[in-house]
Amino acid sequence: MRSSYAEKAPLGLKIAAILGLLFMHLPILLIFVYAFTTEDKTYQWPPPGFTLKWFSVAWNRPDVWEALSLSVKVASISTLIALVLGTLCAAAVSRSKFFGREAISLLVILPIALPGIITGIALRSAFNLADIKFSIWTIVLGHATFCVVVVYNNAVARFRRTSGSLIEASMDLGANGFQTFRYVVLPNIATALLAGGMLAFALSFDEVIVTTLTAGQQATLPIWMLEELVRPRQRPVTNVVAMIVVLVTFFPILCAYYLTKE
Amino acid sequence: MEYKNNPIHAPGLIGRLADLFWRRKWLLLLLMLLPPLLWLGVIYIGSLLALLVQSFFSIDEFSGLINYELTLKTYKELLVPANLDIIIRTVSMAAAVSLAAAIVAFPIAYYAARYARGKWKALFYLGVMLPLWSSYLVKVYAWKLILAKEGILNWLIVKLHLSWLLDALLATPVIGGNSLSVSYIGTFLVFLYVWLPFMVLPMQAALERVPINYLDASADLGANPVQTFRNVILPLAMPGVIAGSIFTFSLTLGDYIIPQIIGSSRLFIGQAVYAHQGTAGNIPLAAAFSVVPIVIMCIYLWMAKRKGAFDAL
Repeated sequence: MRSSYAEKAPLGLKIAAILGLLFMHLPILLIFVYAFTTEDKTYQWPPPGFTLKWFSVAWNRPDVWEALSLSVKVASISTLIALVLGTLCAAAVSRSKFFGREAISLLVILPIALPGIITGIALRSAFNLADIKFSIWTIVLGHATFCVVVVYNNAVARFRRTSGSLIEASMDLGANGFQTFRYVVLPNIATALLAGGMLAFALSFDEVIVTTLTAGQQATLPIWMLEELVRPRQRPVTNVVAMIVVLVTFFPILCAYYLTKE
Repeated sequence: MEYKNNPIHAPGLIGRLADLFWRRKWLLLLLMLLPPLLWLGVIYIGSLLALLVQSFFSIDEFSGLINYELTLKTYKELLVPANLDIIIRTVSMAAAVSLAAAIVAFPIAYYAARYARGKWKALFYLGVMLPLWSSYLVKVYAWKLILAKEGILNWLIVKLHLSWLLDALLATPVIGGNSLSVSYIGTFLVFLYVWLPFMVLPMQAALERVPINYLDASADLGANPVQTFRNVILPLAMPGVIAGSIFTFSLTLGDYIIPQIIGSSRLFIGQAVYAHQGTAGNIPLAAAFSVVPIVIMCIYLWMAKRKGAFDAL
């Protein structure tokens, strides 16, 4: 029998779905247009003319480069820490049942389940209490805390699909725990870790709410952008930077998608 | 099989360590859990608890110094009309954003779950994932461009001769304002835009688990599509809606950047927390304010768990 619901979508639903997708994408595409506008004092639409000038202006701005390099540094270190902590946690949770296992999943998720400002304020007041000076390391500490969950989620999903008999087989064939990890477990979870690491990088590269509270004088790229948002001074440079940020975060997401595709 | 009888087991320190971990599994487990527990359990939870404790201190009105005696005075201050307004404003905004996100997300999630196949399925998935992961600030910036007086939205409204509609909307008390970029409508639109993908994904996950047979059965029993939607699809999609609203609700409650950039100058909880800890130096009040979203989210999560929303995450 033909199912009445499985075949074709009603036209209204189709239109609503496509409009919804357009709503999610047009604003981002708009930034690409603004990056080329000749107007530099207002957000005038339609742009009076198009130019490539702002790309070279942005290229020659030392403050943009400094912010970019700090962001890359912070994101790389945080991703590394998150990879280690997230994998350890995922391995422990999926290889054995123990008391408090549920609590550990909750603990990992908590930093992103709670609003970012709470994580930020809590860390900031703790740094103040402990008399720790704000530096790149305080930023990293905050970022790594909420990046763990991304790696953890990816790793747990992969561990669940990796059969335990592979590990037993490796042990039966005489490999010790380290060898099993190196030759059996790691190759199995490598792409999941890579995907988790890329998402963690994108998350950290973009984070601003916790960062404004855990940074001292340092400006990461999002902090640089936030200042421009609150007090616009160099609109054309901001447009170009915004477009580059979109492109930079675009690739890790695409890669992560293809790495975890089944 | 007993490992130590294995003929090829590796000698030396590494081999002995491997032996040890094999014989004492809990030791390996402990070693694996120790670093993440130290980081998250001690540093993170420790900071959270320290913050919580500070909300029970109070600030001396004359000297501006923190008085380290445990008191509920600071919590009483939360109930002052001005502060209560901030809480009500934020919670109403979070509720409105979650509701609107559910409505806008539904067609996308439903189409992707039920009708999209092959290439289209991947397109829909990426179409939601890319906005979800792309830069938060860039998205807010895009709306600053859109809502600017000389920006694209006003241009479009003038072209379509709809200025009267916009003026009427902006003249509405409470939600209106001088222009879109300084009204609650503007703030609402940006919140909706930024958190929408967080609603689509869990909704889609829930809808994908609705068996087609149910819909056919409902139709066979004489229900029209609207009845099927109301009585079959919607209840089954509910866990997904609740799971998505956990994100939209929590993210709106804690945000202090969007209302600062687009909106009226009236404060939201996040801004209040930020202002009290910063220039005002009133850490106890900031801490008490940040307990509000924690409590709201705990209640919300508890209710969501009872409705089975976590299976849709």
